[in-house]
Amino acid sequence: MTSAASSVQAPAERAPYSAAPATPGNGLVAIYLGITAIVLALLMVFGLLMRASQAGFITIPPNRFYQLLTAHGIGMVAISGLGGAAVMWYFLSRYVSLSRGILLANLVCFLLGVVLVLGAIFVGGFAAAWTFLFPLPAKSLGVWGTDATACYLIGVLLVGVGFLLLFLDTGRAILSKYGSLGRALGWPQAFGNSTDEAPPPTVVASTVVTIINIPAIAVGAVILTMSLVNALTPSFRVNALLAKNLIYFFGHVFINSTIYMSVIGVYEILPAFTGRPWKSSKPFLLAWTATMLMVVAVYPHHLFMDYANPTWASVLGQVLSYTSSLPVLAVTAAGTLANVYRSGMTWNVTTSLLFVSIMGWSVGVVPAVIDGTIAINRVMHNTLWVPGHFHIYLLLGVVSMLFGFMYFLATSKGAADGALDRAAIWMYVVGGLGFAISFLAAGAASVPRRWAVHDAPWMTYDRIGVLFALIIVLGAIAFVTAFLRRARAIGT
Amino acid sequence: MEQRIAVLVSAIIGTLVLAVFAAVARSAHTAGSANDIAAAAARWRRIVFWGLSVLFVPTIAYSLTKTPYAHDLRSPGAVVQATGHQWAWDLTPATVRAGELVEIRVTGADVNHGFGVYDANDRLITQTQAMPGFTNVIRHTFTTPGTYRIRCLEYCGLGHHTMVSQLTVTPAQ
Repeated sequence: MTSAASSVQAPAERAPYSAAPATPGNGLVAIYLGITAIVLALLMVFGLLMRASQAGFITIPPNRFYQLLTAHGIGMVAISGLGGAAVMWYFLSRYVSLSRGILLANLVCFLLGVVLVLGAIFVGGFAAAWTFLFPLPAKSLGVWGTDATACYLIGVLLVGVGFLLLFLDTGRAILSKYGSLGRALGWPQAFGNSTDEAPPPTVVASTVVTIINIPAIAVGAVILTMSLVNALTPSFRVNALLAKNLIYFFGHVFINSTIYMSVIGVYEILPAFTGRPWKSSKPFLLAWTATMLMVVAVYPHHLFMDYANPTWASVLGQVLSYTSSLPVLAVTAAGTLANVYRSGMTWNVTTSLLFVSIMGWSVGVVPAVIDGTIAINRVMHNTLWVPGHFHIYLLLGVVSMLFGFMYFLATSKGAADGALDRAAIWMYVVGGLGFAISFLAAGAASVPRRWAVHDAPWMTYDRIGVLFALIIVLGAIAFVTAFLRRARAIGT
Repeated sequence: MEQRIAVLVSAIIGTLVLAVFAAVARSAHTAGSANDIAAAAARWRRIVFWGLSVLFVPTIAYSLTKTPYAHDLRSPGAVVQATGHQWAWDLTPATVRAGELVEIRVTGADVNHGFGVYDANDRLITQTQAMPGFTNVIRHTFTTPGTYRIRCLEYCGLGHHTMVSQLTVTPAQ
């Protein structure tokens, strides 16, 4: 068996950052990560500005606030995808033969799409939120025009096309090597009596990401196109409930896949420091298959408050909300804890961030599952409880995975952690938890989500949120500058 | 009530998870047998997995009896038509009595809105989406007279945060 861990040379003395071998696509991966780092920092500043405005510290006009909201949302989803794709591509390319041309094509589509999206928002005034719920893109009451709507929708479509190409290529490469998706998922070992070695965790996770993302992006393309046609030809109408189903299926699967792509870094890198290989055990294989099946069917939990949606879909959404995240999280959290527990490992920025990421994912799931209960969703849906839970598993989860991977690559060229790097970890964790808790507390107090202007009693939560947001932004800027300073060496 | 449950459960389980991670992080500098630890981890994984599974079944089953979809089949004492427009609510009538079953028929005239009902303490007590082409029905009995705020809970454009209206609940006769 070629285990995930064995592909990354376990350092004999566990010296920090000695574990990132040269990979042919390193230069492109470095560009992916450089863009990811800069955009993450910029979007975090957008978030800070929005919270500062809600807190009354600064004044952002509502039109500008909602533009920032739209840019922050779509930007974070897209950049988590780009960063996650970099992690997945970097490690998957060690097991299967991926196309660097496709990796480049995805980047080109991404950049072209981003130009269109930014133009739509900050030039055209488009502010329909990242979810572009039908028919809002075409009905702004004159706040933005059809040209801005078209730019936004085509921009997102272009980003989706790039990712679709990438996942088609990962699917092609996985099939070439393993012969079938079932074998790449380890089904002969999980369900049969095969004694052959199972595929490494990276291949299993990448196969799941490929399988779920191709239909998700295709569905996203369908609703983007329908919305575009509606904007250009208003007589073409779409059933609003159908549109919501399509949007949330696409959005839910894609954002979850950013976790699944990024967590590959944990499977690959942590064992290099602990000296304990991360193997594709039977529970691991079963968990990934279970999650793959459930994550595509759980999205109705976004539509609990759409009473017109079939009740069976909402019930299914609640049941799967409880169960869908459990398998992979259980094997990953248990695996991480077992990998680190009494391993004799010396903490550094990479391992700390990767460990924190699994902690963030595990903690963030709790308020998310609670919100996935219909009876509770009735008083929590679209309050600040929602950004509260998703900021825990995205900010502390996915983004920590991405920063951890950046440090792994950048510092593998000989650089060592500095005092600022170590301080930044604490700033990031404390800031992240405090920031998310300020959202959760506000949500429990029924403060609505996505309001540009807050009532005076809500501002206490906002002000506490600003304080912690400032801390986390400073920590993130420290990570980003450290990475960019060292990034040039990665491609060499 | 629901908000308190959410906060309490999140705080307890979240703190427990943080404590486990912190304990493991502190142990990392010492060395132990990887095989023993892997076996213990597998045991704990099974305990947590099955423990949560056992916990989830009654929780899911009970909570599903509390969904807002289980309509009270009695005839409502009052019917309120609520329509969301960019950016105002149209409530007809905007006054109901405490103690009577009120049926609120919610729709959106242009885009998606969210019909959120806040009590006198500014706590969200129920909501549904106001969707163009659909009518979502809330059935609710207001027990306390007073002024209830209606806030938009689905982003609907520039005036989203200005979509606030009032529903007056008068004392029962």
